[in-house]
Amino acid sequence: MTAHLTPRNIVFVALLIFLAFLPVYAAIGGKAFLITLFTRIVILAMAATSLNLIMGYGGMVSFGHAVYIGVGGYVVGILAQEGFPSGFLQWPAALAVSALFALVIGALCLRTRGVYFIMITLAFAQLFYYVAVGLERYGGDDGLTIYSRSDFSGLLNLSNKTQFYYVCLILLIGAIYLTWRLVNSRFGMVIRGSRSNDRRMQAIGFPTFRYRLTCFVIAGTICGLAGALLANHTEFVSPAMMHWTRSGDLIVMVVLGGMGSVFGPLIGAIALLVLEETLPVLIGWAAYPFVGAAATQAGEYWQILLGPMLLLVVLFARGGIAGLLSGAHRG
Amino acid sequence: MLLFLEQCLNGLQFGLLLFLLAAGLTLVFGIMDLVNLAHGSLYMVGAYFAATFAAWTGSFVAGALLALGATLLVGMAVEVIALRRLYGRDHLDHVLGTFGLILFFNELVRLVWGPAGLSLSLPAWLSTSVQIPPGIQYPTYRIAIIVMALLVALFLYIVVMRTRVGMLIRAGASNREMVGALGINIKLLYTLVFGLGAALAGLAGLMQAPILTVQIGMGENILILAFVVIIIGGIGSIRGAFVAAILVGLIDTIGRGFLPDILRLVLSSRGASAIAPAMSSMLIYLLMTVVLVLRPEGLFPVSSK
Repeated sequence: MTAHLTPRNIVFVALLIFLAFLPVYAAIGGKAFLITLFTRIVILAMAATSLNLIMGYGGMVSFGHAVYIGVGGYVVGILAQEGFPSGFLQWPAALAVSALFALVIGALCLRTRGVYFIMITLAFAQLFYYVAVGLERYGGDDGLTIYSRSDFSGLLNLSNKTQFYYVCLILLIGAIYLTWRLVNSRFGMVIRGSRSNDRRMQAIGFPTFRYRLTCFVIAGTICGLAGALLANHTEFVSPAMMHWTRSGDLIVMVVLGGMGSVFGPLIGAIALLVLEETLPVLIGWAAYPFVGAAATQAGEYWQILLGPMLLLVVLFARGGIAGLLSGAHRG
Repeated sequence: MLLFLEQCLNGLQFGLLLFLLAAGLTLVFGIMDLVNLAHGSLYMVGAYFAATFAAWTGSFVAGALLALGATLLVGMAVEVIALRRLYGRDHLDHVLGTFGLILFFNELVRLVWGPAGLSLSLPAWLSTSVQIPPGIQYPTYRIAIIVMALLVALFLYIVVMRTRVGMLIRAGASNREMVGALGINIKLLYTLVFGLGAALAGLAGLMQAPILTVQIGMGENILILAFVVIIIGGIGSIRGAFVAAILVGLIDTIGRGFLPDILRLVLSSRGASAIAPAMSSMLIYLLMTVVLVLRPEGLFPVSSK
């Protein structure tokens, strides 16, 4: 990635500045809910960035990536429940357990390719979903409430929304930076080459399985951290966090934002949120001439547009929003 | 012992229902190389149509027939409008596109029928139970499902193996390009195959409707099982889907029924009841993992293109 003053890079920098100064804007405008909203976006963007690492660059489409969100979240929840509120224990534990899960799942799944890989990751997602539902001691289907956020005694106060937001933002930027460095390193070249032509990479002499597994584990670990953050944010964990449709949401974010770009997932997460807020309003406006006062109710069904939009993006705008930005520069 | 037999019948019934769903999925995947996640949505739509038409006409059978026709039309419409452009693309594109269709159908159903589920009640002649030797009272409806599904399986067998259209389907599953090169109207064939798959999914949905509620998202859970079935059976193979579906149905039902008891032999009662539900859900996925490790092409692979 070269540091030219392209529209794409300008958008990325503007985005970062916007996110960095968000709490200031929220405090001035009196819109405290914005911090909560964007904390969630930032956390999900982090999970999506980890998915982009394996999916966008590695070609490993995992429909079970939300499992690691669940794993990270449940580690925090279980430790909190069992009387270990210290963040210094919880977060490294979440990272370690997620890495372990990713190692096992990856070792089994990465033997397959293509649609088999998609299906087997999907099956593992369901498997762990049902395991979580079966965890009677930790709430099962009802979920587990976390009564206090991770305790970083003295260092940080995660109950303070602004502090927590900045922690998440810094970790997100770290994840993006890590992804960028990985992808542009020799390791990244092997991963990308393996995506294009695995057999050839092996013929050249790279043990591609090990490289892909390592990439998978790194992605799972980052996603586990996102899960730990999400558990702190919502102060609640439930099996629903791991359902395959959540993985689908992550995939939508990555594709919408642009799979070939490190900032794509962040753009996708924001775009999805923007859609969530504006589509109902647009539908309301469009429906007003026809149904009058019921137009606001019509706006409730905004997702009916999201589905076809996704299909259209897949058909015509393969590079996502980031792709459109680059295209605009070239064209 | 009687309970075991009854569970076997339940497993058979569930397996046959899965077969109906998996047959359409494997046909579409084998012939058009299309991963259709929205298949579960067609299952759901079939159930909703059946509930609505049965309420309108007052007759379960009439409602079922109308629902089948309606689902067939919906399936063909979806193929022509949305899915045609996805042929030949990467599987990821299929997954994403059809995932978008799932979102669309869920919201459409919510718009048309509301967020609460519907129920489909059985006519009196299906609500009875029969005495099966040796002494089990089994619901007539479930027997009807088994019979119906077996008839459909037979029908599929006859169509695929003994007719010209079936020959084209089998040829398309083996080598799609060749079939197109030989001058067959491949677009029409694709639309028909997709419509057939949709009708099968709708049939599965409407047959399952009286047993479970008709609700939004009912297709998603069973869709995964259907995918597991076609992976175990071999993509593109209806015979494989049949065997795998029965296997999955039996293992799932008998597993759920008897695993707690089996575990209780080995573990304490508390321990068994704690992990039994989770483990019984896992059985199917363990089976799939084993099959994928030992025979990645599935149990009855179709010859490669």
